[in-house]
Amino acid sequence: MSKTYFTEDHEWIRVEGGTATVGITPYAQEQLGDLVFVELPEAGKALAKGETAVVVESVKAASDVYAPADGEVAEVNEALSSDPSLVNTAPMGDGWLWKMTLSDESQLDGLMDEAAYKKSVA
Amino acid sequence: MSAGDTQKHLPLEAMHEEAGARFGAFAGWHMPLTYPTGVMKEHLHTREKAGLFDISHMQLFAVEGAEAAAFLSRACPLDAAGLGEGKSKYTVLLNEEAGIIDDLIVTRLDAERFMVVANAGNAAKDEAHLNAVAEGFDVTVTPLERVFLALQGPEAEGVLIGAGLDLSDLTFMTAAEPRQDWFATRSGYTGEDGFEIALPLGEAQAFAEKILADERAQWIGLAARDSLRLEAGLCLHGQDIDETTDPASAAILWAIPKRLREEGGFIGADALRRIIAEGAKERRVGLKPEGRQPVRSGVPLMNEEGRTVGRVTSGGFGPSAGHPVAMGYVATALTDAGTPLLAEVRGNRVPVHVHPLPFTPHRYRKG
Repeated sequence: MSKTYFTEDHEWIRVEGGTATVGITPYAQEQLGDLVFVELPEAGKALAKGETAVVVESVKAASDVYAPADGEVAEVNEALSSDPSLVNTAPMGDGWLWKMTLSDESQLDGLMDEAAYKKSVA
Repeated sequence: MSAGDTQKHLPLEAMHEEAGARFGAFAGWHMPLTYPTGVMKEHLHTREKAGLFDISHMQLFAVEGAEAAAFLSRACPLDAAGLGEGKSKYTVLLNEEAGIIDDLIVTRLDAERFMVVANAGNAAKDEAHLNAVAEGFDVTVTPLERVFLALQGPEAEGVLIGAGLDLSDLTFMTAAEPRQDWFATRSGYTGEDGFEIALPLGEAQAFAEKILADERAQWIGLAARDSLRLEAGLCLHGQDIDETTDPASAAILWAIPKRLREEGGFIGADALRRIIAEGAKERRVGLKPEGRQPVRSGVPLMNEEGRTVGRVTSGGFGPSAGHPVAMGYVATALTDAGTPLLAEVRGNRVPVHVHPLPFTPHRYRKG
């Protein structure tokens, strides 16, 4: 069983067992436009909630992606190094950004579910 | 500018909305940045077929009078009297220190009539400056209200013919007035063959619709306009050139005839002569980052010892080049192609090297 949460900053975080996968939402990728580079963290990096974890760069601009919760980077999506456009074509699938362990899963309680998020960007 | 109602709006805004444009603020205008196709495809489409840009934010001035040529040769480092009818020239407005107030395209229409195309963000400043210089000359400077469209790319000529406007007689940097109150030049801001066409508001929508009825043409937003001009090595005023840079350091001396640099006669001539004699301390160059990470405007450049030697003024990804592209200013000793530098991006040092401009070859129709 997995559960996906959404942040006001347009990240999604999907919790499955002990780890969480993080990416940006379809709305966010549409706003950013074609991505040309994704600056990924090192595995093992400690993240604090709200801290910049990843920088996604479109043709025109660089944008921060924030950690939705405290934890540690477990794995990054290496496929994005050669094909950053995966974030555009499959933002909630193959275009995921990083996986992390969570220090305190209850930090996610304040986040939106999909229905609430969709309403917020409608 | 944050509040939408303080922004200026394009006369054809409804057409852009209809086309699904995403808008953003630029130089005080509410401008289409991208269309649903996206910046990457819009950029490539322009280089392969024909891209239609709404550049009505730019300001046209009619300069008319018995002393129009003398006036323009005073305001710009330009031999306006020697400019043939129907010929266009890239030039600048300089202040007394040879700082660049704006860059312009000046076209001679006939003996006493010129057309000046200025940047949106500088339009008010340019108008005040031109009017101040115009005192003492028999000349009037009239801002024109027009829709201004650019059609750029290898299919531009054919698309225009299909839309009922045959401009095939024009070559690069020549112009015509094909209809009453219309103005067209074979020039642009993409490095491609193409045209810029100014026309009355009432005729613009029908004309744009005719162009777009041709499947080779589509709307292209400001984001792709920026990546196209950057690959073409063309300056954006306010970013790559401004009143703190001069034509020598900006590497646009080619636009100023050698005789004028020596003889002067234009505003800023003494300062420019001095700068040229002493040698510019820094110069604008192309910059190619290694790898895929773009380096952008404002990023400092260092030499291999870590000393700051320059700055990036424009940077992004070049969809046709297939790699990040940038331009900026570096100390004159470091301007040779291939010179290795480091750009500091968010604490990381990205290797870049000086690269010849343009990144993608110009494909102008020189006749």
